[in-house]
Amino acid sequence: MHELGVTESIVNIALDKAKEAQASKIVKINIVVGELSGFVPDCIEFYFDFVSKDSIAEGAKLHFELAPAEFRCRTCSTIFHSHDSTWTCPKCQSQSVEITGGRELYVENMEVE
Amino acid sequence: MKKIEIVQNILEANESIASQNQRLLDEYKVFAINIMSSPGAGKTSLILQTIARLKDKLRIGVVEGDFASTIDADKVKDEAAAVVQITTRNMSEQCALIANMVSHALKCLPLGDIDLLLIENVGNLLCPAEFVLGEHRRVVISSLPEGDDKPIKYPVIFADADAVVINKLDFLPYVDFDIAAFEKAIKRLNPGVKILQVSCKTGAGIENWCSWLLDELKANRIGK
Repeated sequence: MHELGVTESIVNIALDKAKEAQASKIVKINIVVGELSGFVPDCIEFYFDFVSKDSIAEGAKLHFELAPAEFRCRTCSTIFHSHDSTWTCPKCQSQSVEITGGRELYVENMEVE
Repeated sequence: MKKIEIVQNILEANESIASQNQRLLDEYKVFAINIMSSPGAGKTSLILQTIARLKDKLRIGVVEGDFASTIDADKVKDEAAAVVQITTRNMSEQCALIANMVSHALKCLPLGDIDLLLIENVGNLLCPAEFVLGEHRRVVISSLPEGDDKPIKYPVIFADADAVVINKLDFLPYVDFDIAAFEKAIKRLNPGVKILQVSCKTGAGIENWCSWLLDELKANRIGK
């Protein structure tokens, strides 16, 4: 389990930005998590209540957007999404590919009062 | 209600500590390797083989990462120039080393007396892929009894590796491991990776692994 540290980072980022904006309450935090990353939204949610307790982030809703696995073909440069593990270029059928998306883990934005 | 745009990498704090670790290592001219694999693939065995072959040429330090116990540190403590054990059981990340743990370990090591630092990560193919530590090279070990499908199941760790070591080559007659298919699956995602075949049990291929390490260490020094 490595979501506790990640959840602490999310809360730190949110509190810093809320302070800059002089907000009194964080209502919702939007987080982007890549499909290939090893982070589990349910675990982050589980730790969030505990980590955010007694801060202005307590009670905030977490919204996760799943970023799909994205590949770039090394032969013809086509960018494509692949939901199975074949990762084959749909244009030239090359199997030599680079992972260009699906590894994200970032706080996109948040709603505050 | 007000919306604030943020777009901030959640792993930024880890990456920033990792950069500090690398600067410290560079200052002392220590070349650091992050060794990752599933449990039991042979990380400690490869470290012991490496020390046995290279201890006359290099001063080797070891950082051992485990969820619990000091079993691995005990195994290497008589061989290595210095060893630090990190047990992750009571930490916020238990399944992988993170840069902050390594930062503490570096403070306990005589960096001026070390040329090569071997960092043994916690046995796991998923979580260590997400956390850089400040290492100069990333190495993944896969052993024959685990099966040849690991690069397909855990693509990220193999896509980022500088070298992949296939261990337990002595098991080849007893298991259905297609080495060519395994290598092809990795090279699809990572064409520049170095793939080495070894048996830590018999010592086969260890010389090639050590030559790769020495070449990379020299290349890193020239690059600075």
